[in-house]
Amino acid sequence: MSPLAAFFRQELRVINLGLEQFAGELDRLGVPVVHVAWSPPAGGDLKKAALLASLTDEDEDDR
Amino acid sequence: MSPETIRSLVKPSAYQDSVTLLLLARQLRSGPGVVEAAALMATPSNRDLLEQSGLLTAEAAKAGSNDLVIAVRAESAAAAAVALAESEAFLGAKRKRLEDSGRALPRTLESARRHLPGANLALISVPGAFAALEAKKALRLGLHVMLFSDNVGLEDEVALKGLAVQKGLLMMGPDCGTAILNGVPLGFANAVPRGRIGLVSASGTGLQQVTALLASQGEGVSQAIGVGGRDLSEAVGGLMTFQALDALAADPTTEIIVMIGKPPAPAVRARVEARLRAAGKPCVLALLGQGVKEGRDATVHAVATLEDAAWAALAMLEGRPYIPQPFSIPAMELRECVEEFCRALRREDGAVRALYAGGTLAHEAVLILEPLLGPIATNLRPGSGGRHRVTDLGADEYTVGRAHPMLDATVRVEEIRKAAQDPDVAVILLDVVLGHGAAPDPAGDVAAAIEAARATAKMAGRGLAVVASVIGTAGDPQDLAAQCARLEAAGVWVLPSNAQAVRAAACIAGGEPVLARLLEGRP
Repeated sequence: MSPLAAFFRQELRVINLGLEQFAGELDRLGVPVVHVAWSPPAGGDLKKAALLASLTDEDEDDR
Repeated sequence: MSPETIRSLVKPSAYQDSVTLLLLARQLRSGPGVVEAAALMATPSNRDLLEQSGLLTAEAAKAGSNDLVIAVRAESAAAAAVALAESEAFLGAKRKRLEDSGRALPRTLESARRHLPGANLALISVPGAFAALEAKKALRLGLHVMLFSDNVGLEDEVALKGLAVQKGLLMMGPDCGTAILNGVPLGFANAVPRGRIGLVSASGTGLQQVTALLASQGEGVSQAIGVGGRDLSEAVGGLMTFQALDALAADPTTEIIVMIGKPPAPAVRARVEARLRAAGKPCVLALLGQGVKEGRDATVHAVATLEDAAWAALAMLEGRPYIPQPFSIPAMELRECVEEFCRALRREDGAVRALYAGGTLAHEAVLILEPLLGPIATNLRPGSGGRHRVTDLGADEYTVGRAHPMLDATVRVEEIRKAAQDPDVAVILLDVVLGHGAAPDPAGDVAAAIEAARATAKMAGRGLAVVASVIGTAGDPQDLAAQCARLEAAGVWVLPSNAQAVRAAACIAGGEPVLARLLEGRP
């Protein structure tokens, strides 16, 4: 079964990053949801954040 | 009179999401003695905004992207101090609410996954600059992604969708406002039953209109997959559209596939049509654009409006032919309504002023109005001009530093007021969008402004017609029937779809010739 066909048969379980109201709506509907207390990575420095993310990518590629 | 005071409060490393900040700013503005207020993360562009509105204090000028700035201009120092204290209380109450919920909040995607074993989707609405990084992380963790954020670069979109295809995942967006997956409404979506129709859409409000109409007839949705407005561009090449179409083709609960979007890039179009024919299921294709051909071949039915997409899909399910109709009410009743509104206008003709919250609904309005009334001025198309005007109030120029009109009616209320003062305007045309994520009382938010607008016109010896459609379902949190009743109590003619509301507005503005053309089937 393709990953999408399998997904269509699963219960939706959501990780929410950003607008908190979306997590609240899902919670009210009884959908399992975790809201992330997100803040901009690398203190909001986009270049540093991208660099950090690319290092993580390399780690995963090495595995 | 004491001079106005500007005061600010900077909270270092205190990220808040944009809706929280907009709610806070709105609350501050309504406080006693407050002239203007802002609550923003101090990014360079937001500091510019503060400067333009005269709210940039020396303290705020030194704040960084990760710092929260609350700034107020008030009639007195005391009023400013009260407002800043209130903002502390607002943020404190939010923190307490989260703590009281007893849920420990993870700070990253990776730790969130440990909190929610078996998580399968990331709903991402963080600021665009960081959204692509988070979406990539989510895909690498094997999560499907709904990327609500806009301001994500085209190159990032292509890369993210390429990665998703490689992993067999959905990468919906960027700028994906609506989806319904496994029966769950995500983002701005209506309460729709599960059913036999699967949808792929490049447009959020387009998807809302079609699914709400299906629900009004008791029909439901298997999956409604958003792909973002650029998916059918040459650069993206329909990567997610094809992924979604293939999934719906293989999905045993999907009997009919509906695809909604604007006409694809020429290089993509033939592939879309070929893929629909190969789906092995009946398909409805609603590509909203000029010169789009309607009609049906063996398995694909091409339609011109969102309403037609819903009804064509229903007809296919029931195995009957579908012939588009301009209105669902009988011709006689329609004529009576139009004539009554025209009499109340006390003039021969007038201009339509359409004030939209939904971008695709505005786009559809232009496509329907132009052949009926002539050139339309619209912010959807640079350089356009004409007596009638369609405005997408969700466009960037209206939403910088403000919430989208589906959340906050302030801008639309102001535009309704302005339209009422323009002696050329005979008809105001509106969309009212309900559903999860939308404002708690969208009809109530505009009803008072509509009543005031009609009173203004009356005082000036003119009539003013207001026509609207309500995009929603009986299961929506706002109560569809009550929302329609509130508008009707304000004198609004409420029609069952955007397409019909647009045609009704054209009939009132253009009078008998337009009505006759529509009833004779010459759109």
